[in-house]
Parts: sequence; C-alpha cells; structure tokens
Amino acid sequence: MAKVIVVTSGKGGVGKTTSTAALGAALAQRNEKTVVVDFDVGLRNLDLVMGAERRVVYDLVNVIQGDAKLPQALIRDKRLDTLFLLPASQTRDKDALTPEGVERVMAELKKHFDWVICDSPAGIERGATLAMRHADIAVIVTNPEVSSVRDSDRIIGLLDSKTERAERGDRVEKHLLLTRYDAARAERGDMLKVDDVLEILSIPLIGIVPESTDVLRASNIGAPVTLADSRSAPALAYLDAARRLTGETVPMTIPGEKRGLFGKIFGRRAA
Amino acid sequence: MSIFRFFNKQTSAPTARERLQVLLAHERASVGHSDLVALLREEILAVIAKHVQVDGDKVSVKMDRGENVSTLEVDIEIPLKAVRAA
Repeated sequence: MAKVIVVTSGKGGVGKTTSTAALGAALAQRNEKTVVVDFDVGLRNLDLVMGAERRVVYDLVNVIQGDAKLPQALIRDKRLDTLFLLPASQTRDKDALTPEGVERVMAELKKHFDWVICDSPAGIERGATLAMRHADIAVIVTNPEVSSVRDSDRIIGLLDSKTERAERGDRVEKHLLLTRYDAARAERGDMLKVDDVLEILSIPLIGIVPESTDVLRASNIGAPVTLADSRSAPALAYLDAARRLTGETVPMTIPGEKRGLFGKIFGRRAA
Repeated sequence: MSIFRFFNKQTSAPTARERLQVLLAHERASVGHSDLVALLREEILAVIAKHVQVDGDKVSVKMDRGENVSTLEVDIEIPLKAVRAA
C-alpha cells in the first residue's frame, strides 16, 4: 500500500526541496520504489537538486491537462533505479493545478509506487494546499528560528483541517524535521533548542539535520544529500529519518552535540 | 572581549521561545472564529460611532496580547460639538 508524504513548512528557504530529495533518495536506497513530485509550479527546483534538470520533457501540469501520460513524464534517477521524479512546470502558474487533476495523478502514482513524496511550495495558497491534500504523512520542515516555527504552526493547523484525511475525520501523521540546527549555538543559548521547538509545536520528531556545508555542496553537483556523500552528517540524519518513516525505531542523536571538553572549549571560542 | 561577552551577554533563545509561546497561543485561539480582542475593538468603535462623530485620527487603539491576559485600550477624543451634533 503506497504512502503519500508531503514535505511542507509554510516558510520558504527552510529546506523542503533538499529534504524531499534526500528522503526520497534515502527510501529508494532502501529498495523502496519512490517518486518525488514537485508541486512548486512556476518555481520548480526539485529537478535541479536531483540533477535531472536537463532531462525534463513533460511535467505535472502536462499530465493533469492530458498532454502527456504519467509514464512519459516520470524521470528515472540515473543513480538509483527505484527513484523517480515528476517535475513541476516552469512556465505555468499554480492555477494550472486542479483538485480533480491532482487527485487523478496521485491515485495513479499510488498504484505504481511504495512512496509518493510531494514537495510543497512555500506559502499556504493553492499549490501548498494541493500538495498536502492527499497526504497520509506530513514532514514539517522547520528551522530553529521564530518565523519558521510560527509558519510551521500555521501549516499544522491546515494539515488538521484542509486535507482529505482531515475532512473525513481521519488524521494526517505529522512529523517534525528540524533542519539547519547548530548544536553549539543552541548550547550557548543563541538558538532555539530541539526541546523548545518540540514543546511549542508538540508534534513528534523525525530527525535533526545539522547546518552543514555538505548540503550546498550536494545541490551544487545535483545530487540528493544522501547520495552525494552518504557518510556526511546531514546524510546520516536523513537516512535515519527515512528509517523512522518506514516504522523502524532509531535512537535520536543531536548532530554535533557529542563533543569532548576540548571541542567544547574551542567550539565556543571559534564562534 | 570574548570573556566579557561570555559573562554579560543575555542569551536570545529564551526570548525567542517566550515570544513564540505567547504569539502562537493567540493565533491558535483565533483559528476558525475571529480573534476576540479584534472583534471587541471593531464593535466598541461601532457603538461609539453611532452616538458620536469620531474623527479617525483622534482614535487610538492599543492591543497587548499577553500570556494570560490581553488588554485593549481604546482612547477616543470626543469634542463637545460632536456630542451635540449626534
């Protein structure tokens, strides 16, 4: 039975696309047939982060409008044959997405894949509400920063009211993915701590991704973080998060927090 | 310098945490139905406008949303002739 995940946040620039690509690749690396779907019509970027930008022929809007069949629009990843991308249209705007069209495409994707991961655009308008519409699971990407936490709270409210599950009295499973976390700054009291964010949003944690140069490096070369360097700190965080999504119990570690006395002294001074 | 910073500087994360807790308590309460304090503000002004011609520039409304108590402060200058006219 296919599971539909929406990767959402409300706020832009917190790491939705990076997280979609990394989680998608992580699940596919575990031999689960996975498709990542870009809902950011007009501002697509998942293709770029996945390194498939030169292979886009058809897109989500073409499939919705019947100009292309779904298999024609799906792009198979060159590194993992269990990973697929359904790109967004770059030339259209979000009004080209219709509720009926999205419903039809999602139903068809669910027939062919184990996981359907929807990369939501920022905001709370049509693109974002349609991306979350059919979700079973929501991954709420949040930075430890006031505006991001506020917007995540808003999105949680929408997940509880505007989704198909919510409308039939069911619940969307919600998980917090804390990204760009800097344990040293949180320790110094200059960044919200994991527990602060968890207490405010009160949803379970699926992973903590540290602030890292590896993330930019991966997008520079067009590879999901988990494929660019599977041993980097953010890759390990995403791989663990993917295992938790599949139902495994994996102990949570706060990246960068386990430092010796030496590291603590010099870590503080360096900042 | 860093030694002074280390001892003197107030950390900012607790402030962020408190501000978020208060803000979200209000935003969550106002989902679905309109915000009570904002509603009161509108209705109070409407009642006053019914009896007195109010100059928009002479009305000052302040709201302070606190953790447990919110305050609404409506300060209206009522000129004598406006009362006679109404």
